[in-house]
Amino acid sequence: MPTERKLLSGDEAVAAAAVDAAVHLGTGYPGTPSTEILEAFGALGGWAQWAPNEKVALEVALGASFGGARTLVTMKHVGVNVAADPLFTAAYTGVTGGLVLVSADDPGMASSQNEQDNRHYARAAGVPMLEPSDSQEAYDLARTAWELSERFQLPVILRMTTRVCHGKSIVTRSAAESPRTPSFVRDIPGRVMVPAHARPAHLRLRKKLDELKAWGEASDLIVERPGGRALGVVSSGVTARHVREAVPDARLLELKLLHPLPIERIRTFARSVDRCFVLEEGDPYFADEIRAAGIAVEAKAPEYRFGEMSVDRVRRLLGLDTAPEPLPTKGKPPQLCDACPYHPVYSALQKLDCIVAGDIGCYSLGVMEPYRAMDTLVAMGASLGVGLGLRHVLPDAEARRVVSIIGDSTFVHTGVNGLIEMVYNPPKTGHVVIILDNGTTAMTGQQEHPGTGRTLGHDATGKFSLEGFARAAGVENVDVVDPVKDPAGFLSLLEGRLSKPELSVIVARRPCILAAADIRAWDRANAEKCGGCAGEA
Amino acid sequence: MGRVVNVVLAGLGGQGVIKASDILADAAFRDGRDVKKAEIHGMSQRGGSVTSDVRFGDEVLSPMIPRGEADFVVVCAASEVEVVRPLVREGGLLIPPDLVDVKLLSDRRSLNVALLGALSHHLDIQDESWIEAIRAALPPRLHEMNERAFRLGRSAAAAV
Ligand SMILES: Cc1ncc(C[n+]2csc(CCOP(=O)(O)OP(=O)(O)O)c2C)c(N)n1
Ligand code: SF4
Repeated sequence: MPTERKLLSGDEAVAAAAVDAAVHLGTGYPGTPSTEILEAFGALGGWAQWAPNEKVALEVALGASFGGARTLVTMKHVGVNVAADPLFTAAYTGVTGGLVLVSADDPGMASSQNEQDNRHYARAAGVPMLEPSDSQEAYDLARTAWELSERFQLPVILRMTTRVCHGKSIVTRSAAESPRTPSFVRDIPGRVMVPAHARPAHLRLRKKLDELKAWGEASDLIVERPGGRALGVVSSGVTARHVREAVPDARLLELKLLHPLPIERIRTFARSVDRCFVLEEGDPYFADEIRAAGIAVEAKAPEYRFGEMSVDRVRRLLGLDTAPEPLPTKGKPPQLCDACPYHPVYSALQKLDCIVAGDIGCYSLGVMEPYRAMDTLVAMGASLGVGLGLRHVLPDAEARRVVSIIGDSTFVHTGVNGLIEMVYNPPKTGHVVIILDNGTTAMTGQQEHPGTGRTLGHDATGKFSLEGFARAAGVENVDVVDPVKDPAGFLSLLEGRLSKPELSVIVARRPCILAAADIRAWDRANAEKCGGCAGEA
Repeated sequence: MGRVVNVVLAGLGGQGVIKASDILADAAFRDGRDVKKAEIHGMSQRGGSVTSDVRFGDEVLSPMIPRGEADFVVVCAASEVEVVRPLVREGGLLIPPDLVDVKLLSDRRSLNVALLGALSHHLDIQDESWIEAIRAALPPRLHEMNERAFRLGRSAAAAV
């Protein structure tokens, strides 16, 4: 019921907007704080699927959009790095059906390896970017984003942050649209980006952005909230909410369109107040561009580039509170569950004093006491390349201790490329890769992935075989073992493999204890659904 | 304008802190307030500290409670009490886990809801809103047990 008021998270609000905007297909890769969008879209009856990684997700959405369908692509901020290659050229090709990419940024790194500010991507790729400040705006701006995407024929980034994604506030939905039927209209010069087509495409992109800028300057995506002329603040997203709370009397220019920046509106606003302050979370994205346009504004001190904004910080920045910032409360860090299947693996790595090129997932917690058995963690899939690099250059005695360790979902995401590198450029001491196959993407809340053989909605589908892939790629030794059933066997297998100058993959297979019961139930249900043929595919 | 009430719920992953904050936010919403809720739930399943902010009133702006401005801090784990104490405002109230005798709970996993019961003693939210929110958040087989826990918590707070 569209007029019903509901308490929704920002993620749920985007999913509701996707349903009401008649989005045909939603795809993405899990990543905090974006994961719940596709799950909610699927639960509301939308066509939602997990891709092996963000690049593939964007490409699938782009194809669907070329076919005239509206699409949604979701990922966390670092996911956009993976999807950046198609994104930059999709800005040239443009889209037919509206394409909205949600970039869920994580200032303060509640659950991420960096706090990159993805507002830079909008400028770098030349695509429009919108930013909501609560769930209602997440809903409304998502609806606007699909309209804008079709009107200007460009992919649109909806930039959200942890507080907006996971925060809950009241949402009223608006009227739903009816879906259209996709069909293919050939446009070779518009979509085949050979240089002869790409040169005019780049000109077209800049022209679209000029038009968009002119439209944006006058649009309701720039909201001016009245206040005295003593202080004016330019802000966006949840920070604008902090500002309204901290300085209710200030005049506020709230930007919901972050790119192209409505610089003339900002200029007029800055002139209208005695003191103009730019308050933003993360990098000085607004401040730099506004100052480059010759507008004199104050901006935050460099130490506020780190971490989240808050009402307290706004008060401090405006000089209303001069006490030094208190240290954040220090709670208990997370740790591996007591019955986690990774314990015997980390215990073996510790016993053998391995040099561990690690990766990202629940298993990153192996870096904590008592194991401290991880020496590097950089980006998803990086354990393979980093492990190989170490093997190449270290003296043999050290090189032989190097192991790459990677989760099942992470292996499918971008580990496969590293495995191909291993076969193609093998270190002379060989290499050992441990794939931790716990049958789920545990870190982000137990999502399916191609290696589980179940869809986002847990139905049976084609299953990507980790060991089959390793064998087909040409890895000499491929073992599949249960480290919990036989910890001693796991230890001696690892020791044996490390002693040989060969390429080895050990798949340590044992379900995550938090997911095990669900996995059994889904498999049982799927076997019943297809009347006993489940074992065949 | 009605003052905004600020409640922080705190505990360890697996204790139902987020569930409790969902129930509180929903109860306030059902009672006709503007509500905002914010939390960090990255790796909360792995036993680390979790806190969730719930704010309600006529109009809530920021979803996060400024430090030292919480009217109530409800803590589900004894080990977290000192960690979150600085969040309470002067004259505010910290509701510790031992306010409720867990031995009286049929399942200690309902401690989160029992502490909400204790909180409810101090808040002006109607009973029906609480009960509807509890029922909406939990599967039917857990309703009775949690409603009992809620009442137990409320009487414990009333007895203090
Ligand atoms: C590019 C990118 N996308 C998504 C994420 C979020 N993320 C981190 S690890 C991970 C997957 C973990 O799954 P798996 O490898 O199966 O390990 P598990 O958590 O189950 O131990 C995800 C989705 C990320 N850090 N980087
Ligand atoms: S959630 Fe699963 S994978 Fe993660 S620590 Fe617990 S048992 Fe291990």
